[in-house]
Amino acid sequence: MITALRVFAAGVVGQAISVFARFMTAPRAIWQGIEPVPRQRVYFANHSSNGDFVLLWTVLPAPLRRQTRPVAALDYWLKSPLRAFIGRDVFNAVLIDRRPEARTTDPVAQMVEALDKGASLILFPEGQRNMSEEALLPFKSGLYHLAKTRPEVDLVPVWIANLNKVMPKGEIIPVPLICTLTFGAALHLSPDEAKDAFLTRASSALLALAPAPLGKA
Amino acid sequence: MTSPHLLWLLSGVGAILLVASIAGEVLRKRLSADGHNSVIENLNARIAAWWVMVILLGIAFLAGKTGVVLLFALASFAALREFLTLTTHSRADHWSLLACFFIVLPLQYYFVLIDWYGMYAVFIPVHVFLLLPVLSALRGSTKDFLVRVSETQWALMICVYCVSHVPALLYLQIPGFEGRNVILIAYLIFVVQLSDVMQYVWGKLVGRTKIAPTLSPSKTWEGFIGGTLTATLVGTSLWWMTPFTILQAAGMCLILTLMGFFGGLVMSAIKRDRGVKDWGHLIPGHGGFIDRLDSVIFAAPIFFHVTRYYWSLT
Repeated sequence: MITALRVFAAGVVGQAISVFARFMTAPRAIWQGIEPVPRQRVYFANHSSNGDFVLLWTVLPAPLRRQTRPVAALDYWLKSPLRAFIGRDVFNAVLIDRRPEARTTDPVAQMVEALDKGASLILFPEGQRNMSEEALLPFKSGLYHLAKTRPEVDLVPVWIANLNKVMPKGEIIPVPLICTLTFGAALHLSPDEAKDAFLTRASSALLALAPAPLGKA
Repeated sequence: MTSPHLLWLLSGVGAILLVASIAGEVLRKRLSADGHNSVIENLNARIAAWWVMVILLGIAFLAGKTGVVLLFALASFAALREFLTLTTHSRADHWSLLACFFIVLPLQYYFVLIDWYGMYAVFIPVHVFLLLPVLSALRGSTKDFLVRVSETQWALMICVYCVSHVPALLYLQIPGFEGRNVILIAYLIFVVQLSDVMQYVWGKLVGRTKIAPTLSPSKTWEGFIGGTLTATLVGTSLWWMTPFTILQAAGMCLILTLMGFFGGLVMSAIKRDRGVKDWGHLIPGHGGFIDRLDSVIFAAPIFFHVTRYYWSLT
C-alpha cells in the first residue's frame, strides 16, 4: 500500500516537474544525428545547471523516458528526504559516489549494471556543474570505461543550450527562456582507441553541437 | 458574450478552414504522398494549427472577458519568452527579467481586466520604462547597459503592451454596439490574419518582385498588394457586423492590413539580425507565437486608439 502510494506520488511529481520545465523553457529537441527510437543509449551532455537532466528527461518521448535513468551524485541527492524521493523515486537515478576514498561500490560497475538491466542512461562526463567561462570542462574517464565495458551501446552527445541563462549561478528563481537540446550522432569506442583520444573525440563531438552565438549564425 | 454576428464569423472561418483542409489533403495525395514536398507538408501543418488557434479563441470568447484577457496574457507570456531568448542580457539582468514575466505582465493584464485605461496606457511606456533599468543598475554591471535595458523594454512593448490592446477592445463603450465588443477582436484578428494568409497565397501563386530581399525572401509586391486588397475587400464586406459604415470599414481594413504588413517586416528585421528563421517552434508550421502574432501586435494598438478616439465614449 505504502509502496503503491510512493510509486503514484513519484509519477505525479515527475509529471509536475516536467510540466514546470516545459512552462519555463519550452524545450525543443533537435534530433540532428539520431532518431528518437527505443534503442539502448547513453546520453552524455554538458552540465551547467541542476535542471539539465530534468530537461533532457522531459524532451524524451514517454516510452524512452521510462527506460532512461540519470546518473547523479549520491552526496547531493541523499542530503535530504525530499531530494532522496526526487532522485530515487521520481527519476530512478543511478546514484554514484563521487568520493573515491568513501565509496564502497565502483560507479562504472553501477552504470554497467543499470545498462545490463536494459536501462538507458543520462550522464554528465564533466563530473560537476560547469561554472567556468570555458564551454566544457575536461571529461572524467567514466564515459571511456563505460564505452570499453559495453562497446555495443550507443553513446549520444546532447548539447543543452541556454539553461544556464534560465537559472544563472547563485539565483533561486528561474526566468522563462527557450532552451534547445541538440542530439548528435552516436559514438562508439574504436578497437584500439586510447582513453585520452576517445575522451577528446567525445568532447569535441559534444561541443560541435553547440549553437552559434546570437547574431553570428 | 456571444452574438449572432460572432457565430456567423466563426462559422465562416470554420468553413474556410474546412475547404483549406480538404484542399490540403488533395494536394498531399497528388504531390506529396510520401511526405517529401515540404511546402505541402508545411501548408497542412499551418492549416492544422489554425484549427487549434480558432478553437482556442472561440473557447475564450465563450468564457467571457476574463477568458479573453487570460488567453492573451498567456500568448504574451509565450511571446515574451521567445523575444527575451534572443535579446542581449547578462546575469545582472536576472531580477529585471523576472520582473518582466512575473510582475509587469500580470499587472498590465490586471489593469486591462479592471478597465483602468489611465494606468494600462502608461504603465509600461512610463513607469516600467523608468523603474526597470534601476533593477539592472543596482546589480552593478555596466557592460552593454543601454543595449540590455533597451532590448528588454522593446520586448515588453511588443509582447506585453501591444498584445494587451487586443483584450482592451472589450471595454470600449460604443453607443449602439453594447454587448458586441467581442466582434471588434474577432474582426481585427480576422482581417489581419486573412491579409497574412492571402499575402502568402498570392505570393506563392504569382509572387515575383521581392519587396525587401534582405529582410524576407517570401515578401513580394504581388503578394502584398493581392493580400492586403483581398483582406480589405472581404473585411469591408463585413461592415454590417461592426460599428463602422462601409467607407469607414474600408479605411479601417486598409489601416489594419498595412500595420500588419509593417509588423511582419519589422519583426523579420529583428530575426535576421539575430540569425534565426523563426521566433520559436510551438505553433507547428508557423514557427513561434511572435511569428503568428507579429501583424496583430502592430495592428492592435492603432485599431484600439482609432476606434476609441472616433467611436468610443470612454
